[in-house]
Amino acid sequence: MKVVGQGVRKKDAMSLVAGKPVYTDDIVPANCLIVKLLRSPHAHALIQDINVDKAEKMPGIECVLTFRDVPQSRFTTAGQSYPEPSPYDRLILDRRVRCIGDPVAIVAGADEAAVNKALEAIKVKYEVLEPLVDFRIAKDHPILVHPEADFKTLIPVGADNRRNLCASKQFEYGNAEEEFKRCAHIIEQTYRTKANQQTMMETFRTYAVMDVYGRLNVTSSTQVPFHVRRILANALQIPKSKIRVIKPRIGGGFGAKQSIISELYPAVVTWKTGKPSKMVFTRQESFAAGRPRHESEIKIRLGADEKGMIQAIHMDTLWNAGAYGDHGPTTVGLSGNKSMTIYGQAKAYKFDYNVVYTHTLGGGAFRGYGAPQGFFALESAVNELSDRLGMDPMLLRMQNMLCGGQVGHLMHAYDEVEPLSSCALERCLAKAREMIGWDEKYPSREMDNHKVRAVGCAVALQGSAIAKLDLGSVEIRLNDDGFYTLLIGAADMGTGCDTILSQIAAEALLCDYDNVVVQGVDTDLSPYDKGSYASATTYMTGMAVVKTCETLKKKIIAEGARLMGRSAETAGFDGQKVFALDGDQSISLKDIANNSLLGWNRYLAASEAHSSPISPPPFIAGAVEIELDKLTGKVEIIDFAAVIDCGTVINPNLARVQAEGGIVQGIGMALYEEAQFSPKGRLYNDSFLKYKIPTRLDMGKIRVEFESSYEPTGPFGAKSIGEVVINASCPAIAHAIHNATQHYFRELPITSEQVLLSMQKKP
Amino acid sequence: MIINLWINDKEFMDDVAPDKMLLDYLRSKGFFSVKRGCETSNCGMCTVLLDGKPVLSCSTLTVRANGKHIATLEGLQAEALEIGGFMADEGAEQCGFCNPGFIMNVIAMKRELKDPGEDQIKKYLMGNLCRCSGYMGQLRAIKKYLAAEKEGAK
Repeated sequence: MKVVGQGVRKKDAMSLVAGKPVYTDDIVPANCLIVKLLRSPHAHALIQDINVDKAEKMPGIECVLTFRDVPQSRFTTAGQSYPEPSPYDRLILDRRVRCIGDPVAIVAGADEAAVNKALEAIKVKYEVLEPLVDFRIAKDHPILVHPEADFKTLIPVGADNRRNLCASKQFEYGNAEEEFKRCAHIIEQTYRTKANQQTMMETFRTYAVMDVYGRLNVTSSTQVPFHVRRILANALQIPKSKIRVIKPRIGGGFGAKQSIISELYPAVVTWKTGKPSKMVFTRQESFAAGRPRHESEIKIRLGADEKGMIQAIHMDTLWNAGAYGDHGPTTVGLSGNKSMTIYGQAKAYKFDYNVVYTHTLGGGAFRGYGAPQGFFALESAVNELSDRLGMDPMLLRMQNMLCGGQVGHLMHAYDEVEPLSSCALERCLAKAREMIGWDEKYPSREMDNHKVRAVGCAVALQGSAIAKLDLGSVEIRLNDDGFYTLLIGAADMGTGCDTILSQIAAEALLCDYDNVVVQGVDTDLSPYDKGSYASATTYMTGMAVVKTCETLKKKIIAEGARLMGRSAETAGFDGQKVFALDGDQSISLKDIANNSLLGWNRYLAASEAHSSPISPPPFIAGAVEIELDKLTGKVEIIDFAAVIDCGTVINPNLARVQAEGGIVQGIGMALYEEAQFSPKGRLYNDSFLKYKIPTRLDMGKIRVEFESSYEPTGPFGAKSIGEVVINASCPAIAHAIHNATQHYFRELPITSEQVLLSMQKKP
Repeated sequence: MIINLWINDKEFMDDVAPDKMLLDYLRSKGFFSVKRGCETSNCGMCTVLLDGKPVLSCSTLTVRANGKHIATLEGLQAEALEIGGFMADEGAEQCGFCNPGFIMNVIAMKRELKDPGEDQIKKYLMGNLCRCSGYMGQLRAIKKYLAAEKEGAK
């Protein structure tokens, strides 16, 4: 392969490093109205009266909108394929507020100062109600978060708004209770994780204008342009044909921009006033009104025989949806289905979950999408089992986890039962063991100055796209002189899908990478793609690229053969020319391309869509070495060795940086990231002063290697990489801290304070 | 308040509000490489050079730049592309939003420190957050850039 497997520069790299104006707020039209929100100071209240008379009349103010001015038809802001599994539980502006920060009024005006003054002039009379903040008591609590009659779900997800249930389900394969009776060892524990913020460096932002055709044009920092179009139409109750969505360069997403967040407000302002408007969330707003990772409490029973063969796993997940159900019914599934699947030889699996509403900030999508919580819980339990057995935790995994020898076996605990189609996890774990120096370092070594060094490990998987549901399509056009335009609806959010898909196209069309040009997403011009999430773009849209190239190549061969006066069956294509299979005759791609633009309706373009019947898992094995200060409880990451099977690595540089970035996000989640709420539901840490993400001093050394399998259903053998890379950090670090202290830490984040407090007790 | 300053060696005279932050002033003049990532001086996105020293323009009043020279990445394109080329070769630029502030600080570091080691590099650039890259690719790029510069200086 010539282009696939090369660490080529990203197509947009040099513009990004040069600081070119390519992001949403760099390209807004002049004289945009500034849009801001009046937000609720109460976690639970009813608006009895809202008086905007004074605010409306203030100088520079264009409009002030309240619940009286917007459609009262519920929708979800979760960017998912229609019909969305997330309940329709939200309005643009609602009379009932369900969390601190809920929008109460939209103000648009000429400049920020005018809008800020108008916000202060709005008078709201609230009937303040008691909030339900603790998700552990939310199910069947008398305080209801969504008592409204028009709450609805489009597909059955086990929701019941009269019970504060956003979703619920019970799953069983085999007979878990029978298997547990026969188990020699059962680990039964409860694990907790907190809400985490995505903190992409570019906050939520959108601008809107009316175009020459009288349509609403929305330019937004989003991962899901086509879902934005549909959801805006749904929220505004206008035809989808009236909306165009454009995605320029975006400053990170990590799932946060898989929900429609800043888009609603400029869209409604511009639709109502006809004037351009923009909204840029402050960092505080992005913290306090974003869509963080769901808080969880996961009860596990893990049963094994006397030799440590895992026989049965039961996971019972409680999930905090917060005030709204964005991604609640779907993220929760991954907490059990993904994690249990990795132990594919168990005889029984049981998975129960409840996703509950509370009056806290609604959750959303964040890299891993529920799997990091599940892997923290299950991998921690497996490490506890290894202690119980007195068995090396890496060996315990080796004998229980998925491996190359199980290819073809059904994965019974997976979201949808499917055969394992590729796996090199055993090579990944063996390599991680070697990289970290496990045999010399496990479990721990005393150092000078009250310090101890210890190692820990974990394995994990994720999916590649959502099987049988999501769809990506691609169009490729042949232009003058033989260069190609690659049109995609997949949204590059900095991870490099414009580049990856161009590499796949260049490989399939046998041409130089530079011969393929690509653009950002415009829903009027790009072919449909569900957007960039669910680790889908390389695997799913990549296959759409391969299919499109095959179709286009056939057309090129047919046209070249026609120009040579022979049949297509007797011609071949080598990327540069169409040639006779039985002689010297040939015609260059340049001549074919230029001919195709003259008369006779022979313009050469192709478009294909792809949806995958399966979601083949990529794998990660992580091994970490930490140094723990016994006097302060401080944990320092010394070395994180990760070995990944993402199938064929399309671009090793971009894959490596994906892995390093995901691992470091996992380090933050393991050690200190936690959205903290007051008893009244107010987010305490709503800035980078109070919510710390890892700096370059906090992540030690990250070493990433690849041990590739070949995925037969992926483009050139590729699976996904984007999400799996976050899944091993938390359990591996928790394991290392246990090995340093002999204490089990079953709640994230494991802060220095918690380590120190635990060490004052007996293990 | 009337101020007089130089941005990328071009003179500007303006009447600015006393509370106008340098970040907002620079963006209003079209210097869009200057980004805001927070409001609390934590992220480093908005780094510019004020009389050659890196400052956070989000928390520097515009009037503080009166009579001074400011450099943004628009005025340092040759260095940006050179350092940026090493970033691009690692795939470390990722979403790119933190790149301008980061590269500004790398330029400042190179001018200030002679032969910085890994620890010095990390400490100097600690205030530049990046959520995409996990920092390793940035470190590889800087080391290669500094090595190439050293080689070139011989």
